[in-house]
Amino acid sequence: MSVLLSVDTLTRRFGGLVAVSGVTLDLRLGEVHAVIGTNGAGKSTLINMLSGEIEASEGRIALDGQEITKRSQAVRARSGVGRSYQRTTIFPEFTVHENCRLAAQAATQRPWAIWQSSRACSASNAAATEALEAAGLADVAGRIAGTMSHGAKRQLEVAMCLATRPRVLLLDEPLAGMGAEETDRMLTLLEKLKATHAILLVEHDMDAVFRIADRITVMVNGAVIASGDPASIRQNAEVRTAYLGEEGH
Amino acid sequence: MDFGTFLVQCLNSVQYGLLLFLVASGLTLIFGIMGVINLAHGSFYMIGAYMAFALSPLFGNSFIVMLLAGVVLAAVFGYLLEWAFFSYLYQRDHLQQVLMTYGLILVFEELRSILVGNDVHGVKVPPWLDGSFALGDLMSYPWYRLFASAACILLALGLYWVVNRTRLGMMIRAGASNRDMVRGLGIDIRRLYRIVFAAGVALAALAGMIAAPMSSVYPNMGASVLIICFVVVVIGGIGSITGALVASLLVGFVDTFGKVFFAEVAGMGVYVLMAIILIWRPEGLMGRKT
Amino acid sequence: MNRLSSIVPGAIALALAVLAPLLSPYLSDFVVKIMILSIFALSLELLVGMTGLVSLGHAAFYGIGAYATVLFSGKEGGSIATLLPLAMGCAAGYALVVGALSLRTRGVYFIMVTLAFAQMAYFVFHDTALGGGSDGIYLYVRPVLGALDMENRLVTFYVALAALVFTYALLVLIGRSRFGAALAGIRVNEQRMRATGFPVYAYKLAAFVLAGALAGLAGFLVAARDGVVNPELLAWHNSGEVLLMIILGGLGHLRGAVIGAVAFTLLKEVLGTHAFVGPLADHWQLTLGLCIIAFVALLPKGLIGLASRLSPKASS
Repeated sequence: MSVLLSVDTLTRRFGGLVAVSGVTLDLRLGEVHAVIGTNGAGKSTLINMLSGEIEASEGRIALDGQEITKRSQAVRARSGVGRSYQRTTIFPEFTVHENCRLAAQAATQRPWAIWQSSRACSASNAAATEALEAAGLADVAGRIAGTMSHGAKRQLEVAMCLATRPRVLLLDEPLAGMGAEETDRMLTLLEKLKATHAILLVEHDMDAVFRIADRITVMVNGAVIASGDPASIRQNAEVRTAYLGEEGH
Repeated sequence: MDFGTFLVQCLNSVQYGLLLFLVASGLTLIFGIMGVINLAHGSFYMIGAYMAFALSPLFGNSFIVMLLAGVVLAAVFGYLLEWAFFSYLYQRDHLQQVLMTYGLILVFEELRSILVGNDVHGVKVPPWLDGSFALGDLMSYPWYRLFASAACILLALGLYWVVNRTRLGMMIRAGASNRDMVRGLGIDIRRLYRIVFAAGVALAALAGMIAAPMSSVYPNMGASVLIICFVVVVIGGIGSITGALVASLLVGFVDTFGKVFFAEVAGMGVYVLMAIILIWRPEGLMGRKT
Repeated sequence: MNRLSSIVPGAIALALAVLAPLLSPYLSDFVVKIMILSIFALSLELLVGMTGLVSLGHAAFYGIGAYATVLFSGKEGGSIATLLPLAMGCAAGYALVVGALSLRTRGVYFIMVTLAFAQMAYFVFHDTALGGGSDGIYLYVRPVLGALDMENRLVTFYVALAALVFTYALLVLIGRSRFGAALAGIRVNEQRMRATGFPVYAYKLAAFVLAGALAGLAGFLVAARDGVVNPELLAWHNSGEVLLMIILGGLGHLRGAVIGAVAFTLLKEVLGTHAFVGPLADHWQLTLGLCIIAFVALLPKGLIGLASRLSPKASS
């Protein structure tokens, strides 16, 4: 399986505090790579560095072999790195379809062409429809996004990611605040997407993680303490003490 | 420029900067803690100056007493204004706050015009502070300006002490970083806001009173000080009192020396400084990176 | 936009075009004033209403456009074909500098910084020789284009009307276009736009410069109409008032900017006329201030919001 995103000794310091220390991992096509850890372990900082929201203090990030460490978030997004947020960042006043179409337009920006209506852009409309179908939201395409249920909004969040046709998906707690049924739906979606993308999943829901992840990396205090397939992570003594211990797995 | 002139300009810079700090600290406190952008803050400065003009004949020689009376009046006024008007602004977005406080400026300007007229007035320096002292052989420096600087330093120290060493200050700092938490701790946030607001008004008004004998009392003084204060807050970083102090002094120096060297375009100096800060550190010298 | 919204503005423009020769000189001047302020307000609507950038320094570009018109006219006057683009160009140029710096900030900072930069421009015209000081400068010869001379009241009326129609149409097009969709996205959720791949800073800067250029257009017209410019055109009161206009009309709607310009101008007239408010006219600042406070407090969605609250059929 090809490595789409490789991360090499990524470090981030905030003054004297080291939030992320020497993290190395890679994301492969066809895989869900979960990153777990307690609060404050540095997961958010890590994902923010990968998407480009904050700069790395040290280390390298490469997309398909090409170094993107210094590239801005918008450039990375256009190069194929999609990101969903823990706090839903959809456009609540637009319809579901409009949400995806706007996201898709990032790939076909022609801001000077003001005589063309954004509604008529066939490329963005097609990409939006595709993304909505993949995410299972095709039948609510006309609804105002803000009126949907929390679970549906989170699905839309992922769909908007997909609308830009990324190859790498960075998902920040996509299951946040979801009930059992909605979690099921989201996990089925991720299983489907896994085939054509490299997915990084930051999650707290351990059952979900162990269900869907192909590889798991465990972070504590900013550093990686273990990384491997789910079974070996389950057995790992250090991980059990640091993280899973109290849960009695 | 000889040393004597240089020293005088330095003293002037510090004095101007410190006065700006009094006004700017109130502005940045009110924004940092209550999240309100208040365009009318300059009006409090103007009100202070006109108060000095109005009260001065009543208090004759007791300048300090007059200042104290002014502070009390301003604080009471601020307390009532918060209760009657500003408390309604906290929930509104910045645009609405801008417009409503703009309306307030118009109201204050007109009320001032009705009550005291539109003339430019002077306020006499109290006799015990009149005159200058010698600085070297050729230069002299007015006692009053020295007094103004000293008063501002005293107030700045008092502000530091209150914010960093008292329970009230602790609540203020807590309220600045986490409003809901403070409420959850059972602290009456409304009274806290009212006190902070009153303090901000009092500081600005006091600055106006102290400035009055030096810069005279004129209708537009509120607007000019407000915009300079905005520049100070941008340079220093919003919510940071230390930032406001550093920025005020910086602005004081740039403005004063600018006027000496580039008389015609001197007014632009502070804006150029602001532009430089925006290029280098847009969150301000002591601001938090968002 | 529903059909009514597309027809009414066009109909009004047509009506104005037809009625122009019939208006008295006073009324004609008054309507031209409102049209100029409408263009000014529309230019700010692009920034505030469409992109979500609250600027408190928009009068700078208005004033620069006006001053550029007068300064480049010199003693012999000039052609509309050169002065108009120059005015817009100068305004756009300053907008580029101010925007590039201000857009490094957000929220309250942005408001303060735009105000500060406008004040800087105000000082340049007020204190230096460039601006002729606080008295301003006179426009010796009004702009011409072939046989059309803006000295003629009717010509000025039609030029202003054409400019207003152009501005309105341009903004309608932008609203429908990809550029407009991106601006709307930036207004609603900037973070999502960046994460999706839009160069947000570049879009905001483009909107800022365009808004500045359109304000410069309004400035050209006000210089041509009044024949004189003074630094008060760049004063922050002007920036505050134009912001008020778009809120008064209703933020987020193009026609709101025009409605706001009309309503605000009328309000100021009424409050300043003894015939309407008696002795209060002398203290119009007080009544205006109270009106502003009351209005923003009670009708945050403006007159358009009021209309849609009163009528069950909401217009978009």
